[in-house]
Amino acid sequence: MTTPVEHERTQVDPAGEEVRTEDRPWQTLVWNDPVNLMSYVTYVFQKLFGYSRDHATKLMLDVHHKGRAIVSSGSKDKVEADVAKLHAAGLWATMQRSS
Amino acid sequence: MKKWTRTGDVVLGRFDRQEAAVVRGLVSQIQDMLLARAEEAPQDELAELTGIRTGPSTPPDDPILGRLLPDFHRLDPDAPDPAEVDSANALRSLHEPELLDLKTGVAAVVLETCPPDGGEVRLALEQAEAWLSALNDVRLALGTALDVQEDMPDELPPDDPRSPHLGVYHWLTWVQETLVEAVMS
Repeated sequence: MTTPVEHERTQVDPAGEEVRTEDRPWQTLVWNDPVNLMSYVTYVFQKLFGYSRDHATKLMLDVHHKGRAIVSSGSKDKVEADVAKLHAAGLWATMQRSS
Repeated sequence: MKKWTRTGDVVLGRFDRQEAAVVRGLVSQIQDMLLARAEEAPQDELAELTGIRTGPSTPPDDPILGRLLPDFHRLDPDAPDPAEVDSANALRSLHEPELLDLKTGVAAVVLETCPPDGGEVRLALEQAEAWLSALNDVRLALGTALDVQEDMPDELPPDDPRSPHLGVYHWLTWVQETLVEAVMS
């Protein structure tokens, strides 16, 4: 009876490793652009991500001053959905694997 | 146009006849461009069977459409990573049909709620949010066409061919800015 359990364990661990590698968090980036209004960008971050006014403003200022900001991260599916929503709002967003 | 105001869940604005014509004209043009892009989507039997729509896998050639429908990855324009190009193309194909629906949808809200002869614009909060997206799309399109930069002056030299259009761009900026203020108040 112990063998199958052991066998199962040895299978679970490598699978767990694999999931971690595959599930490496992705990042949503928003890039500065000369058209989008600072107030609108702040509004979009609040509305799409539920961020506080202060946090949304800080991210907006990072985009404005540093040229880009990481606005969310997580699984590929989550980040992909976030980028799609940001595109619908007209922001210049892309996704990348966290380095 | 006076500033937008919000009372409860209602946002009010007012456009004169000429202003309404400008807003409607620009929003219709963007909607037409997006609908034309949607027509380019590949037709295939599998998509009809499964109901899963796929869009074009390559970015639009037109710079305005390119700005409205960006890539999912930041690609190096000189030496793009082939794996990233493949991924960006696949993600575009997957997501573009819905993005086009959303953008033509917000344009439709503006056309339904902005009276052709001008007058009061009365919006539920959700409609005001659609207006924000649609106005932003119009400004992105004009900004791309006019090559707007961060430090754009209020006026260009009179001999600059973009000069007459910049006023419209700045006016739309003001319309959007006051609408953000009203929605967030």
